[in-house]
Amino acid sequence: MSFPNPLARVFRPPPTPGVLAVFGHLDAAVDAVIALKRGGHQGFTVYSPLPRHELEHALDQPVSPVRMFTLIGGIAGCSIGAWVSLYMSYDWPVQVGGKTIGSIPPYVVIMFEMTVLFGALTTLLGIGFNVLLAATHRGTIAYDPRFSNDKFGIFVPVAAAQSGPVETLLKGCGADEVRRA
Amino acid sequence: MTMTPTTAPERTTSRVTYDVVTRTIARTLGNPGRGYYLLLGTAVGLFAFGVICLLYLLRYGLGMAGYSMPTYWAIYITCFVFWVGIAHSGTLISAILFLFRSGWRTAVYRVAEIMTVFAVMTAGLFPLIHIGRQWFFYWLVPYPNERGLWPNFKSPLVWDEFAIGTYFTVSTCFLIMGLIPDIAAVRDVATGWRRKLYTLTAIGWRGTNEQWRHYRPAYLYLAALATPLVLSVHSVVSWDFAMAQVPAWHETLFAPYFVAGAIYSGCAMVITLLVPLRKLFRLEQLVTVHHFENLAKLCLLTGMIVCYAYSIENFVAWYGGPTPERQAFWYRAFGRFWWGGWTMNICNAFLPWLLWFKRVRTNITALFVIAFFVNLGMWMERFVIIAVHLAGEPFAPFVRAGYNATWADWGIMAGSFGWFFMWFLLFVKNFPSVSVAEVKEELPPPRRAAGKHA
Repeated sequence: MSFPNPLARVFRPPPTPGVLAVFGHLDAAVDAVIALKRGGHQGFTVYSPLPRHELEHALDQPVSPVRMFTLIGGIAGCSIGAWVSLYMSYDWPVQVGGKTIGSIPPYVVIMFEMTVLFGALTTLLGIGFNVLLAATHRGTIAYDPRFSNDKFGIFVPVAAAQSGPVETLLKGCGADEVRRA
Repeated sequence: MTMTPTTAPERTTSRVTYDVVTRTIARTLGNPGRGYYLLLGTAVGLFAFGVICLLYLLRYGLGMAGYSMPTYWAIYITCFVFWVGIAHSGTLISAILFLFRSGWRTAVYRVAEIMTVFAVMTAGLFPLIHIGRQWFFYWLVPYPNERGLWPNFKSPLVWDEFAIGTYFTVSTCFLIMGLIPDIAAVRDVATGWRRKLYTLTAIGWRGTNEQWRHYRPAYLYLAALATPLVLSVHSVVSWDFAMAQVPAWHETLFAPYFVAGAIYSGCAMVITLLVPLRKLFRLEQLVTVHHFENLAKLCLLTGMIVCYAYSIENFVAWYGGPTPERQAFWYRAFGRFWWGGWTMNICNAFLPWLLWFKRVRTNITALFVIAFFVNLGMWMERFVIIAVHLAGEPFAPFVRAGYNATWADWGIMAGSFGWFFMWFLLFVKNFPSVSVAEVKEELPPPRRAAGKHA
């Protein structure tokens, strides 16, 4: 008897049918993105071996929410740094040379370091969470190893019966290869 | 390692194409030749010697460390500050130059980042060795305990612990972040066990628009967080000394002086590492003389700041007039350890003047030699500031006990070099030592019509 595994859907989402195009030229891939958007296609994936601003402009995606993770992490780190140093000072108060028990200026160092530490860690958490979330929604889609080397790629999720016009569009934009996946 | 065939390189305006970049960097993961194994063997040998010395130290106690009143901070703290300093240029090149959009950093920043992580790892060993009873290291950590004791957060030593811990974590995150797209690139051309390793460590990276959308700003935020961190860490290290009322330590100049010195020694170490690495891995096409020249310019800038700091601290000791301060600087120059003081002056303050000449900056052999002496000088600077100024502390005649480093001290120091180079060499052999994705960013992308903007 097999039990449902909720993690399987996150890490191994079910396959999504569609069309995969391989582009040797950046401008051809950009033209294809613009044409797909004009044609009302949504949810397609663009592969690129490096980030290119031309693709970013053509895709016009919303700003990544990772910045909120960084901000919240930074604020939390600063607060924890302040709490740790102040609470521990008052919990074990030792008077030295008439100095204040909870003295803010030297604790700024701790607050700063904790801001950076938590900010960096939550940034990583943010990228991991958002990328995983997007991958779960998209499902397992086709990939070509050349996309990490010197080719650009576009995967359009579309049922096999309706893939003809998409294939024609991608070929028309200058795709080197177009295949059903 | 073998690679699966890929398509012919695209026609671009540059000789170096995306495919050439991937293949050149993937080739470094193949058989590196006899020279590499010779270096690795030497590093492991040095490390083993250091471990033996450390075991002696553990067995016979800190008496083996050559300490004598009042010199209780000596070789280990010198090595700690030296290695933390070495770590600094990594984040400078990867974070600060990233924010300044310096394109040349792409070919060298990975080596600098790897150096940073392993240098901090090496530095972190020394406070533990220094405390003597290493098994109580966790007393440094603020944890609830039955006696209700907490660390003193007003102490610069506690600040240092937080600063170094944060620096190690953030620089490791930065290194891993940059590596992920590059591991994916070599995963797709690798075979056998390496393919499995890279599949696991690339954590599903495929370069999709959704991945880049989150990756790009995240990298920017990490760089923005790491930039003030670089400046803060060595400032905090300098306050370990500047907060104490020891002549030649109690200086407001220390924070910028230490930060500049750290970046100076770090850049010199990047040159020291890059020269043999470029030769061993045949990276001449990607790491060019232009990159070395820019590193030399960074060395020149920071070397001039260090030269200014040396001048001003000597001047202030004379001009300010307190007798202990004057005596400390006199002792540095003409006391028992005069050789240390003059080595640091010559290597750190005088030698970088040669870098004003373009012929020197563009001569890789000359740069390698200069970088070696800068590293020697920077180690000596920390030794002079720490051990020599403690040994010459002019409070009372009876404390002038001097300091004699033992073979265990030198052995542990040599072992730290072995430990650092061992990790560095193992890493560059198994993971991309030059950024694949970022080097490609500096190349013109393949377009249907040359010169046409997409």
